Amino acid sequence: MPTAMQAATPTSPRIELRGITKIYPSVVANKDISLSVMPGEIHAVLGENGAGKSTLMKIVYGVVKPDAGEMRWEGQPVVVANPAHARELGVGMVFQHFSLFETLTVVENVVLALPGKPPLGPLAQRITEVSERYGLPVDPRRLVHSLSVGERQRVEIIRCLLVNPKLLIMDEPTSVLTPQAVRKLFETLRQLASEGCSILYISHKLDEIQELCTGATVLRAGQVTGHCDPRQETPKTMARMMIGKDLPHPQHGAPNVREPRLVLAGLSRASPDPFGTDLQDMHLSVHAGEIVGIAGVSGNGQQELLAAISGEEPLTEKHPILLCGEEAGRMEPGARRALGLCFVPEERLGRGAVPRMSLADNALLTAHRQGYVKNGLVRFAAVEAFARQCIDGYNVKCGGPQAEAKSLSGGNLQKFIVGREMLQQPKVLVVAQPTWGVDVGAAAFIRQKIIDLRNEGVAILVVSEELDELFEISDRLVVIAKGRLSPAKPIKETNVEEIGVWMSGMWPDAGDAEHRSPAHEEAHHATQA
Amino acid sequence: MQLKLETRAEPSRLMGWLAPLFAAVLTLIAGFILFSALGRNPVQAFYTFFVYPIRDLNGVAELLLKASPLMLIAVGLACGYRANVWNIGAEGQLTLGAIFAGGVALYFYNSESPLVLPLMIVAGAIGGMLWAAIPAFLRTRFNTSEILTSLMLVYVAVLLLSYLVHGPWRDPQGFNFPQSRQFTESALYPMLISGTRLNASFLLSIAAIAVGYLFLNRSFLGFQMRVAGQADAAARYAGFDARRMVWLGLLIGGATAGLAGVGEVAGPIGQLLPSVSPGYGFAAIIVAFVGRLHPVGILLASLLMSLLYLGGEAAQMGLNLPSAITGLFQGMLLFFLLGSDVFINYQLKLVRASAPAAVAPLGATS
Repeated sequence: MPTAMQAATPTSPRIELRGITKIYPSVVANKDISLSVMPGEIHAVLGENGAGKSTLMKIVYGVVKPDAGEMRWEGQPVVVANPAHARELGVGMVFQHFSLFETLTVVENVVLALPGKPPLGPLAQRITEVSERYGLPVDPRRLVHSLSVGERQRVEIIRCLLVNPKLLIMDEPTSVLTPQAVRKLFETLRQLASEGCSILYISHKLDEIQELCTGATVLRAGQVTGHCDPRQETPKTMARMMIGKDLPHPQHGAPNVREPRLVLAGLSRASPDPFGTDLQDMHLSVHAGEIVGIAGVSGNGQQELLAAISGEEPLTEKHPILLCGEEAGRMEPGARRALGLCFVPEERLGRGAVPRMSLADNALLTAHRQGYVKNGLVRFAAVEAFARQCIDGYNVKCGGPQAEAKSLSGGNLQKFIVGREMLQQPKVLVVAQPTWGVDVGAAAFIRQKIIDLRNEGVAILVVSEELDELFEISDRLVVIAKGRLSPAKPIKETNVEEIGVWMSGMWPDAGDAEHRSPAHEEAHHATQA
Repeated sequence: MQLKLETRAEPSRLMGWLAPLFAAVLTLIAGFILFSALGRNPVQAFYTFFVYPIRDLNGVAELLLKASPLMLIAVGLACGYRANVWNIGAEGQLTLGAIFAGGVALYFYNSESPLVLPLMIVAGAIGGMLWAAIPAFLRTRFNTSEILTSLMLVYVAVLLLSYLVHGPWRDPQGFNFPQSRQFTESALYPMLISGTRLNASFLLSIAAIAVGYLFLNRSFLGFQMRVAGQADAAARYAGFDARRMVWLGLLIGGATAGLAGVGEVAGPIGQLLPSVSPGYGFAAIIVAFVGRLHPVGILLASLLMSLLYLGGEAAQMGLNLPSAITGLFQGMLLFFLLGSDVFINYQLKLVRASAPAAVAPLGATS
């Protein structure tokens, strides 16, 4: 990356952290962390979930105050009082979860984040200029709810760029993008860096960091375990710094595909939520002994499809969903579970588990059909034994079956929920985002468990935004885009590029003009702007 | 040095049980100050308020008599509160229970059948449940706040009772007083201790505490209600019917309030009057929370609350204080409890003045 090096000869680092420490009552989030970023450098902060990346970035952005340590901005010691002060210094941050008002237009959203009250007309003009300059096409007059996720991210980035930041923090920016959109984002970031802007890039995706970044700080359990130049490393060596050991790779057995267990036969449904996605004429069969993966950018109907399959939002007709041969479209979740469906939802706290209840109570939540209720009374001892089985069998780090669900880290709670669902001998297992926010080691473990279950003859449907993961574990892949499902393809007959194109809605026979692909739409709006 | 409120790593169970004690102690201290400010001798006032009422067997019987409806209603309300169903209208459901039971008693006025009282009990429970069914229907059908509807229905119920005792159900030999005929023996609870007013309805309340314990802490249905109360999405995910939980929560509370109404008209009152409760339905809300929504806690809290009622009466007579003193003590108790509850999730820490004087922020315009 020669462009990054052409920036004005750096004398002092843009930002330097020395011995930053932040202690929460139950956990040391950051301990004695030091790192520095030069002007024009794209610096990765790499670490598993819970390693302390987010806390560190919140400290830089003035959201959280460190307990000890010093921060230097362009050589001067500085105490960042709050995010407004950080923005004044020239720090911009793009959060993982966007903070946009859906019912306002792009320009209205931008003006809310700017100091003073600049008039909307000239501001829209400036937005258009910036968006053209950095290849981030967005129409400032559009309402945010009509934007795709990729476009919303562009709005967030433009909002930061308008104040000419000297340091841009990007928190897991690619988790919501198609592979093609990721490449475009990288071009933008490189252009910014070549103009002297420093970028702090938070991610756990090693190949991306290797492709993009010129320096990296690796965190493990709140401490720095090393600094490196990603260009000189391999994903494997960086993973070792990140988790402290080599990554296990999941082993597939020979497929033994049998009868279909979960069939979608023309599933359609209008979303009750005005910003939701309508499901249109979906067809899919998941057979016993296979894993079918659903790829797609978030917000294309995954939530709605999963709620329809799980029964949390039952349909008005019976026939579009067949579960183990029964027409299950109108069944409540309980009836579907009785047929052998188990489901791991993407939200763990509040949906997959009750935060303020013990793990034993949370085991009872869905496993009560395993004979843990007698004469209307709960058999607490048996439930606790089952919870302990989940904890031991799935390496859940916790204080025991009586620990509250919310006291667990995200990854450990996910392992517990996955264990709870898998230990119920399901006939059909539906898993949403099996490894979201889970550290690399635990992710490999969960993937292996999913494959083991497939080898035992369970029909498994996995919905994930991580393409690598789907390619690793699935037998067949389908793509969801704009509420429609692509045909299924055996994993050996496709590749990341093809699936990436399909993710924007363009698969063979994808159809009519009414369902224009986002790519078309974006081009259309770019020319308008 | 400064005090800092810090989040606890996990909620303290110990503080959960200590908070009601703190609240009680703080209420006493505030009461001490209050009595002193009113120019009364605090020690004598405390004696009048808290000891004098229970100085003999009759006093203890009165204590249990007043605690009985409180614990009965509170345990029913706790079932709903644990499911986040906020039934504030127990007073109205109590009134409907009294009306239904009173209607049965008046209809079978000349009967000496032993079935009259059981029929009154059933009718009273049904009356309370019917009144609670209205907010349940509105909440599940139209998503109306049951807090408002159940509360408003209290006043409707009281007016309904008032209409009945002024009109159709008025005692023909009652010199036009707004009251029904006195119930006959067959329509009254049998006495438990002769010479006192304590009757068999107290046994019903104790039984309700036991059943409530089983239901809330051991039953699967109670578990489902707790899940529905704490995490909507988790209940839907697990396949627990949230609407069923709302119905259950309100109907259980309505039934126990209705039973408490029967206990009043078939007990100490023995007829229908324009007012059949000194606010038991509202006081039971405080009892439920002071008792931590736990049946054993509710049992203890109902005794405390009952003592406040008796003490208030004694203070009116013995100390010449206004009747508002009862409500004042009830209010202080709840106020201090809510304040003490902060320490379940937070702890107080003494911290030294924070490190070096903050470095002047660069370019900050504050």
